[in-house]
Amino acid sequence: MQTKKIDYKQINGWGVDADPENDPTYPMQHREDAPPRDIFYDRPPQQPIDVEVLHSIERPDVTAVFGATLPPKGLSGVIRRFAFKYSENQYKHWLPLIFADRVDVVEGVLKDLAHGHVPNIFAEKGYPMEWKYNRTAFVTKMATIAAITVGTVVFLNSGKDKKKSKHVRGYRGK
Amino acid sequence: MLAMEYRGPKRVRAVQKPMPEIKHPEDAIVRVTRSCICGSDLHLYNGNVPDTRVGSTFGHEFVGEVVEIGPDVTNVKVGDNVIVPFNVSCGRCYFCKQGMFGNCHQANAMATAVGGIFGYSHTAGGFDGGQAEYARVPYANVGPTVIPPGMDLDDAVLLTDVVPTGYQAAEMAGIQKGDTVLVFGAGPVGIMAARCAWLFGAGRVIVLDKEDYRLEFVRNYAPCEAYNFEEIGDPVLFIKKQTDWLGADCVIDAVGAEAAGNALQTITGRKTLLQAGSATALHWAINAVKKGGVVSIVGVYGPTDNLVPIGNAMNKGLTIRGNQTSVKRLLPRLIDHVQSGRLNPKALITHRMPMEEVADGYRLFSAKLDNCIKPILLPPTVTR
Ligand SMILES: NC(=O)c1ccc[n+]([C@@H]2O[C@H](COP(=O)([O-])OP(=O)(O)OC[C@H]3O[C@@H](n4cnc5c(N)ncnc54)[C@H](O)[C@@H]3O)[C@@H](O)[C@H]2O)c1
Ligand SMILES: [Zn+2]
Ligand SMILES: [Zn+2]
Repeated sequence: MQTKKIDYKQINGWGVDADPENDPTYPMQHREDAPPRDIFYDRPPQQPIDVEVLHSIERPDVTAVFGATLPPKGLSGVIRRFAFKYSENQYKHWLPLIFADRVDVVEGVLKDLAHGHVPNIFAEKGYPMEWKYNRTAFVTKMATIAAITVGTVVFLNSGKDKKKSKHVRGYRGK
Repeated sequence: MLAMEYRGPKRVRAVQKPMPEIKHPEDAIVRVTRSCICGSDLHLYNGNVPDTRVGSTFGHEFVGEVVEIGPDVTNVKVGDNVIVPFNVSCGRCYFCKQGMFGNCHQANAMATAVGGIFGYSHTAGGFDGGQAEYARVPYANVGPTVIPPGMDLDDAVLLTDVVPTGYQAAEMAGIQKGDTVLVFGAGPVGIMAARCAWLFGAGRVIVLDKEDYRLEFVRNYAPCEAYNFEEIGDPVLFIKKQTDWLGADCVIDAVGAEAAGNALQTITGRKTLLQAGSATALHWAINAVKKGGVVSIVGVYGPTDNLVPIGNAMNKGLTIRGNQTSVKRLLPRLIDHVQSGRLNPKALITHRMPMEEVADGYRLFSAKLDNCIKPILLPPTVTR
């Protein structure tokens, strides 16, 4: 279906109460100073597109300049390419991107290890600062996490044993 | 060169990276002399911004010396010391032409709903940031502004974001003379918004936060009334009682996605990412503003959805305004405010750290340790 453009200036009463002063979009938009509200402008020259740039499908092209850093790669890259098939209006765009970010973290650790570098996670997380300025709370938090982890492991293992022994008993009972 | 590098949620480190290169005729390369960590960086640091790629260098608040320019750069020259606004803006698109430099349409290929921002994930354009020794600065004829002679670099670096954002928060709040202005958040942005509210003629300024040391700071700096929202019961009810049961005329959200104060919002917005950040402050803002009032949002949220009482916004007849700050538009006025002594940005800086210690800087600022308000990173090339 084609929609016909309406010549609004022909409409009786068009604009009679227009009040440019009453503009809640100010200061975001500063129309008085702007040349006619024209969507055409001299596009800046194009930065050479020499890396893979995933651009939003809500625009026709890559912007005149872009960040050429970290083109998509690996499994996270595959997921990002999938995400960019969908508009910014879709969860199918954003949720895979968040997932890709997590995959990227694992890929980052593997890459570190492959380069013979064991990441110093304690330092990367800035824990020395917690140790220095927030020691009691920090130690308590770490101890709690450790206790919960140990507790969970013990609990899961005991569950396994029970299941096993039940199974054995059932088997014997048959 | 030395640069900060993101490795995953709450994991960053200083590494050696290749030098940035001119990639466009209007690019410049800037040798960074000061660089800050911002509340906005915390959304990245916590892993809450989609498409934050491992290996990214953050940093959208930096000043430095121009060391190289592309063939089409005419407004700055090698040797100039410049303020680099946090937005990347072309200066000639539909939006830039209207002064909306934070919404440029030729700066971020990856998303249309946000402009280009230095060091702020691929969702904001995929540019490396200024928490590094050097940075590539596109559209160098537009953003970079020569630091006026005599201006302290510590003041200059806060003109890249904190000062203009606090100012625009107050500007968007549509403050009329005598209005009561309520600011959520006493971080650097909230502090500056409270200070600037007076410039627009506020009659009363109230700030809410939960960090007593920040409340103490803003109480003296703005100056203003400041309360700990953990000690006043229901903050909306508290504000109603403070304002003849009507609410504040203007409310500013200077908190954004990392907001505390409501367990449901924290779990869905920060822990499980079911919403685009915790919207506690915005929720309170809509409910604490007077009917017909204005809510000004500078707190940053993600690109998906948030739980806010939008029905109340309609029933109360509110005007809601928000934006990424248009730094370039505001710089001339704000440079004047700093030079005339009306604004004293550098008082916010509490920590100066070598760039090598960037991981500690992030932790210190994020966990609000050692009474930190604003940390700045000093690259090895400057005396420190
Ligand atoms: N729009 C822009 O252009 C722009 C620019 C810069 C920063 N920002 C955003 O502004 C916000 C503040 O930045 P900042 O550097 O001051 O960050 P910050 O993290 O230092 O400060 C946020 C403050 O809010 C407080 N807080 C948490 N929950 C609260 C609640 N429910 N009510 C009141 N206060 C609460 C915290 O204790 C903290 O002191 C961030 O979201 C940041 O991304 C936006
Ligand atoms: Zn910032
Ligand atoms: Zn533009």
